[in-house]
Amino acid sequence: MLFLVLGLIIGISTVVTLLSITESMTVNIEERLNQFGANIVMVPRTQNLSLNYGGIDVGGVNYKVREINQDDLQNIYTIKNRKNLSIIAPKILGPVRVKGQDVLLMGVIFDQELALKTWWHKTEGNFPGQADQVMLGAQVASFLNLAAGDNIHLFETPFTVSTVLKPTGGPEDDAIISELGAAQKLLGKQGRLSMVEISAFCQGCPISELTLQIAEKFPDAKVTAMKQAVMSKMQSIEMFQSFSLGVSIIVILIGALLVLVTMMGSVNERTREIGIFRAIGFRRGHVMQIILLEAMLLGVVGGVLGFGTGNLIAYSIIPMVMKDSVFAGINMNLGIISIIMSVALSLLASLYPAFKASNMDPSEALRAL
Amino acid sequence: MTQVNHLIEIRGLKKTYQSGDTTVDAIRQMDFFIDDEEFITIMGQSGSGKSTLLSIMGALNHPSQGQVLVDSLDLYALSTEQRADFRSEYIGFIFQSFQLIPYLTVLENVMLPMAVTGQKKKIKNQMALDVIDRVGLAAKAHRLPDQLSGGEQERVAIARAIVNKPPIILADEPTGNLDSQTAGEIMQLLQTLNRQGHTVIVVTHNPEVTQYATRTVRVQDGLCFV
Repeated sequence: MLFLVLGLIIGISTVVTLLSITESMTVNIEERLNQFGANIVMVPRTQNLSLNYGGIDVGGVNYKVREINQDDLQNIYTIKNRKNLSIIAPKILGPVRVKGQDVLLMGVIFDQELALKTWWHKTEGNFPGQADQVMLGAQVASFLNLAAGDNIHLFETPFTVSTVLKPTGGPEDDAIISELGAAQKLLGKQGRLSMVEISAFCQGCPISELTLQIAEKFPDAKVTAMKQAVMSKMQSIEMFQSFSLGVSIIVILIGALLVLVTMMGSVNERTREIGIFRAIGFRRGHVMQIILLEAMLLGVVGGVLGFGTGNLIAYSIIPMVMKDSVFAGINMNLGIISIIMSVALSLLASLYPAFKASNMDPSEALRAL
Repeated sequence: MTQVNHLIEIRGLKKTYQSGDTTVDAIRQMDFFIDDEEFITIMGQSGSGKSTLLSIMGALNHPSQGQVLVDSLDLYALSTEQRADFRSEYIGFIFQSFQLIPYLTVLENVMLPMAVTGQKKKIKNQMALDVIDRVGLAAKAHRLPDQLSGGEQERVAIARAIVNKPPIILADEPTGNLDSQTAGEIMQLLQTLNRQGHTVIVVTHNPEVTQYATRTVRVQDGLCFV
């Protein structure tokens, strides 16, 4: 019987380990995605005749740019999966002339933007805290020969450079970044937005579903998911999930076979005992009950110990197989499923041995005495 | 003439075993009866058919031919499950070599036949303790079988056989593994049970055992001689 329980423990712990690793991978990827910026972008619809091939834009004409109304942004919190929304970072964009050069001015809500762009690191000084402060991208600071503490004029309005960002390789390197309201006023676009970057949690709702829900609220906007990175990583996880499922099924089948063989052996060894039970008046049903009750108890023990062992193994090996990853935690729902699965497996595999035991001829069994 | 109703009637009994191409006549022809509250020994050498006869009387072994009537009930006209119920109610078995369940205590072994009776646990417990006391093992109720002597194990086997108060006790070589003194004690215990109203049938190859019986049926080569 110890052998049987061991078999169940190995089977259940293998399944639990694989599922725990998959869950931890999923949580880890989602956390990383949440750390590394927006996964949905909303821009105004444009009738654009831009000619673009392989990323090379050979020029085009925007017939009509309808910017997003800032007051409408509140509608985003009325979508079905609003709980999946993490950071909403609106922006206004426009050209501004500084020291005779046209430079991109980006107006943002700094709290949201800094929460979204965790890779923005300042060189010296502080991030802007007042409306008359700006932050410079690395390239534009170098180009205009400006540093933290310098004063600049944007549309004849004085601003102080509070800090310069370290190079990021992104479009912010070439931008002057100011507070949203100040930029809207400078550009004459009060209450207007050029784009909104949104960071959403993927767990429980696929990104495409969220994108559709947001798009319904903003018919004049184009809402797209930054799918590529998400999809490729989620695809890897899905492949691993399929692999885990396949391995789990094989392990469960082997476990069932092990239970069947062990139970058959147990029944054969207990011929004498079963003969005694039948001789003293036990019916076939009573003998079956004994075997199946034993199987059920062993299933419970195997399920509990298997669940515990599986979590322990997952806790130990996740940091080794996934860099910078941690164990996602004990999933009690999985625990309940493990026990139910172990009991079901044990009972199903014991049905034939129980039937065989109950149909044992008592006189044959007693001849073994 | 008034027909006498016997407790057990064996009529035209035959039992044949098939072993490959070989046919073995374990019982060739047996006819006899046993009355209520008798103490019968069935005596014969090894291979004479006495253990087969005991198993047939205990509704454990279907005869090839003949009838076994117990309290006017044709045993082998019953279904398999009805025979199980019959054994639970009518028969107390004492097997060769005690055959106690090694992982159950004395109390649990004695309570085993009551597992299918549907009584409350408290009542079963008390009944079991009563019979354990009757066989003189009250102090050892919570011991395991391997902590008991041969004679003590035989007493546990007897207690298990009588706990449901069956009218008939069937014992297969109850003294086979015991020394003569202990064997005598066991036979005296069976005699006491007989006086208390049980019909006792003992299978043995030991002639000394027959002195405890009211009657002996001799079995030889598949035939019986009453």
